Amino acid sequence: MKIYISILLTAILTENFVLSKFLGICPFLGVSKKLNTAVGMSTAVIFVMALSTAVTYPINKYILKTDYAYLQTIVFILVIAALVQLVEITLKKFIPALYNALGIYLPLITTNCAVLGVVLLNITKELNFAQSMFNAVGGGLGFMVAMVMFSGVRERLESCDIPKSLQGLPIVLIAASLVSVSFLGFTGLVDGMFG
Amino acid sequence: MGEKKSLRKELTKGFIAENPVLRLVLGTCPTLAVSTSVTNAIGMGISATIVLICSNMVISALRKVIPSKVRIPAYVVVIASFVTIVQMLVEAFVPAIDKALGVFLPLIVVNCIILGRAEAFASKNPVIVCAVDGLGMGIGFTMTLSVMAAIRELLGAGTLFSNLQGLLAVLGDNTLGGFNGFNIAEKLGMTPMTIFILAPGGFFVFGILMACANKIAERKGKPKAELKGCSSCPMAASCSLLISGESKESKEEVGVR
Repeated sequence: MKIYISILLTAILTENFVLSKFLGICPFLGVSKKLNTAVGMSTAVIFVMALSTAVTYPINKYILKTDYAYLQTIVFILVIAALVQLVEITLKKFIPALYNALGIYLPLITTNCAVLGVVLLNITKELNFAQSMFNAVGGGLGFMVAMVMFSGVRERLESCDIPKSLQGLPIVLIAASLVSVSFLGFTGLVDGMFG
Repeated sequence: MGEKKSLRKELTKGFIAENPVLRLVLGTCPTLAVSTSVTNAIGMGISATIVLICSNMVISALRKVIPSKVRIPAYVVVIASFVTIVQMLVEAFVPAIDKALGVFLPLIVVNCIILGRAEAFASKNPVIVCAVDGLGMGIGFTMTLSVMAAIRELLGAGTLFSNLQGLLAVLGDNTLGGFNGFNIAEKLGMTPMTIFILAPGGFFVFGILMACANKIAERKGKPKAELKGCSSCPMAASCSLLISGESKESKEEVGVR
């Protein structure tokens, strides 16, 4: 049990996907302007990350094994893309309420580096199935924490008096840098808790 | 003559005027992640450039064959194949770089620069022009990455070009007389500010560089770099947003992946 909590906390706090691993920066900068879009996008990310880990893990273990490991990149991106399309179509047909909430974010996530990143990292770290799932959900939750926090910061930024050449993206990046500093504070937390 | 001139224009536009990172705001993830040392930045830049040139050429050659409805998956397959090739080459010839870039090497597949150029340029232009465009964009990407890495490495680690031998391993041992980077901080007896090679430093330096680029663009009367709406997003065509007809505002919100 200990190891799962440790994986989860590591993925959310100490090795946050966005703020310390730089995965999924595009949606982090692009969709964090408002709280509700930030929540919608991150829910979709959690969902897709968990789903693609669940599907790619058996593919890697039983089909690619070590013989065809070099095909990982190409197989995974295709599987993820097909999966997302399938989910989108299914949701549209059977659960329109959920589709309306998440549907618009799904195609954007297909080529999000956080999703392919978590799948590849699970393999590099040699995690087993349950650990991979925890890592994926944790990564998604970490993405959500970063997005929600940052959308709050950005709403404040809107009303600030910012030097002209820093307006727009530059100040957003600098704000992201400060949010990232706060996450540096978690360094060593998980090791301290679980030794 | 006229053709030659336009080719040169295609090449140089990626350097500054349409710099993929600072002007088009594409490929931010690898930019932030690998710019911790100049050596890594150059390694990443070269890998991405090779993929960009090859995929641009193949996609351009196939542009009349690929049906427009399935073009995004087709592009992804082409790009993923070249990424796999580059990944294997890097692993074989410059293992130190493979180790340093880690997961970001296979992640070139989802680098927006490559898919973005495929969609915006390679699908509409002849092969040679696309190769030149790929080279130009690749050089622009490498340059920006190197500049950013130089700032971060110098301030954060006090070195420049450290572990260059790892990259030069492909040319044999002891190239350039075994030059393996300067250790500036040690010579001056100063302690480097480690935060610059950590995550916050990445965001900060990128923000400052973006501000400089905006300032220069403003002086030339060009618009600021922005994360654009759906028009520049490579996924726009397959994006359900356009089909389902959401409100215009939320379209802009989600316009970037």
